[in-house]
Amino acid sequence: MATEEKSKVSPAGSRLASVQILKALEDRDTNVVLEDPLENYMVLNMGPQHPATHGVLRLLVKLDGETVVDCIPELGYLHRGYEKIAEACSYHEFIPHTDRLDYISPLANNVAYALAVEKVGGVEVPLRAQYIRVIAAELARISSHLMAIGAMAMDVGAMTVFLWAFREREKLYDVFDLFTGVRFTTSYTRIGGVAQDMDDKAVKAIHEFIDDFPKHLDEIKRMLNRNRIFLDRTVGIGAISAKDALEIGLSGPNIRACGIDYDLRTFSPYLVYDQLSFDVVTEKEGDCFARYMVRMREMEESVKLVNQALAKMPAGPVKADLPKKVLPEKERVYTKMEELIHDFVLVNDGINPAPGDAYVATEGSKGELGFYIISDGSGLPWRLKIRSPSFCSLQALPLMLKGQMISDVVAIIGSIDPIMGEADK
Amino acid sequence: MKEKIEAKLLSALGDGLVSFGEFNGQIVAEVARDRIVEACKALKEDPELSFELLSDLCGADMLNFEDRSARKAYLAIEHEYRPEPVSNAERFVVVYQLTSLKNKVRIRLKTRVDGDNPVCPSITSVFKSANWYEREAYDMFGINFEGHPDMRRMYMPEEYEYYPLRKDFPLMGVPGSIPLPRK
Amino acid sequence: MAVNRSNDNEGFITTTVDALFNWSLKNSLWPMPLGISCCAIEMMAFAGPRFDVSRFGAEVFRFSPRQSDLLIVTGTVTYKMARVVRKIYDQMPDPKWVISMGVCASSGGMYRSYSVVQGIDQFVPVDVYIAGCPPRPDSVLKALMQIQQKIQSGGKEIPVQEREKVFVE
Repeated sequence: MATEEKSKVSPAGSRLASVQILKALEDRDTNVVLEDPLENYMVLNMGPQHPATHGVLRLLVKLDGETVVDCIPELGYLHRGYEKIAEACSYHEFIPHTDRLDYISPLANNVAYALAVEKVGGVEVPLRAQYIRVIAAELARISSHLMAIGAMAMDVGAMTVFLWAFREREKLYDVFDLFTGVRFTTSYTRIGGVAQDMDDKAVKAIHEFIDDFPKHLDEIKRMLNRNRIFLDRTVGIGAISAKDALEIGLSGPNIRACGIDYDLRTFSPYLVYDQLSFDVVTEKEGDCFARYMVRMREMEESVKLVNQALAKMPAGPVKADLPKKVLPEKERVYTKMEELIHDFVLVNDGINPAPGDAYVATEGSKGELGFYIISDGSGLPWRLKIRSPSFCSLQALPLMLKGQMISDVVAIIGSIDPIMGEADK
Repeated sequence: MKEKIEAKLLSALGDGLVSFGEFNGQIVAEVARDRIVEACKALKEDPELSFELLSDLCGADMLNFEDRSARKAYLAIEHEYRPEPVSNAERFVVVYQLTSLKNKVRIRLKTRVDGDNPVCPSITSVFKSANWYEREAYDMFGINFEGHPDMRRMYMPEEYEYYPLRKDFPLMGVPGSIPLPRK
Repeated sequence: MAVNRSNDNEGFITTTVDALFNWSLKNSLWPMPLGISCCAIEMMAFAGPRFDVSRFGAEVFRFSPRQSDLLIVTGTVTYKMARVVRKIYDQMPDPKWVISMGVCASSGGMYRSYSVVQGIDQFVPVDVYIAGCPPRPDSVLKALMQIQQKIQSGGKEIPVQEREKVFVE
């Protein structure tokens, strides 16, 4: 049942030829006749379904023997239309959608989105809620880096580290279950605060996890940091210079591994990060091993941050007291009249921030996660743009892959740590 | 800091700078469409300002945009409440977010693009990271960027005919625009 | 299968060939995880040490469709990805079963938009649907057990009362 379709392709290497080859490779059985078959490179399709491309990323790799000459990443296989959906639902209704963006650290996305809406709406969050948000964001960062390291190690060949990382993540899921109610996609923050308070049982569970975690991190370090095979597969692979990284717009652990200390928690401190002390971790080489080391050391910094935040957390309300903009407590909605009316109006009409726009960026676990909201004064956003760090990291992939071998492609993708849910929006 | 940026933009653009202001603590400037490349270049290469990082580039469709804040609608007295719908010649807005690592400051630049024939100069010669952002703006809105090295769609398949994020495109799409495989 | 012990305790088992084949099939299903988005993380947890899937004989996650017989579609399927899913389904050899994990794959989920297919059963025949966003790994284990029931009964549809049985014959 092969459909033979001979098509003349433009001279090899031209942009039109690449697009034609792209289209031809999508069909079932296609023959493409090239003008001079020996003078062209081999195009390898690492398709959307692949065990080692983290999610549905399609890479068209142009090979000269085993060396990569060029690569074209193709996105869009998980494009769910977030920005169009955001124009059709109110600010509160969009919170569960933000969970599914960077679906490995959902709490961090919730916090970023809530900050952006509060900036547009002019809502001040009470201090206890800010500390809870910091703890949630840092725990989400630990969870995301564990996954990144586990997946990268598994791609390189160290399966044990993957299972250890997942064991720690299961413990984190239990902790999330205790204070948010959900294992995984939490939708925990609300406009003006967080959904519910963190009770003593949850605080105790966080303490237990944080006190126990450095020991397990040490196990992983002892397994990988001086492992001959791991070092051979990651040192010097996929290096990118600091100047290139800044030009191409990298952020997060990827750019900190090149030596530039761009961390949004110190660049424009949000929540209570200016009152907590931590170091910004940088490395100098910019290769896969440097990115791995940055992630390992960042997890230790996160442990420090969570300990400080737990110690300094004050008592108080967890939602702001602005009836026209913040959803009231459920018990009061069921018993008091004003809260019932406010709940009804807020759910129906939305929070109605003043017309204007705001761009708020936070340090997500992959980099600069930003939301740009244009508001027209009604309860639905006019335009919501999600600036996702994985999108920009994938743009740097052709730069990192030039000149590497085909078997290093997997290690490089693992070290960049893209998540297609946020790259494709 | 704000004054320095304003002075630099004025000296580089003259009357190309349409407006400069601040909203909610964030610096916003609107620039004429033909001068946007110069503006970005001036901001990037100035050794003191050094806006070296392009954080975001997006488009927005301002069709039928008006001030709908509930308070104004409530006080809909004729001479006070005057919605200003946007003309078709200024339908699309392209927004650039620039970041300066040295001074820890951000700026937002906006340009207006025509609705019937949306063309905007590309800033890939100044910022390499604008490459994919402009492809995404083309995919979602149909804004053509002149001088872009690789203008093709980003998310939707190549042969898709519509531009999804325009305000006149329905949320559920056009049925049958991308065919499904048969069962 | 009926066990027939004679008086000398020789221990014969009499059964049908179908029952024997189905018993061995159901206890060694090799899943092909099509990990597209968030449900893939719960599927990794389902294969992880806590909700152990290897007690069902199904821990061999070969990412090649030619070597597997259970396709688990996890995550939102867009129109662009639908051709890929169908291609992978066609590449799997018979007999094959399909689990649609999560609401996004079963019915489009919370994404009612221009690019999401509202349910993969529009182009792939599905055996078990799992609801949840994402479903807990326990639900995925239950779905695996229901597929095992379906296999044991020869591929017929299981009536509702029978589906809730805990122990699979």
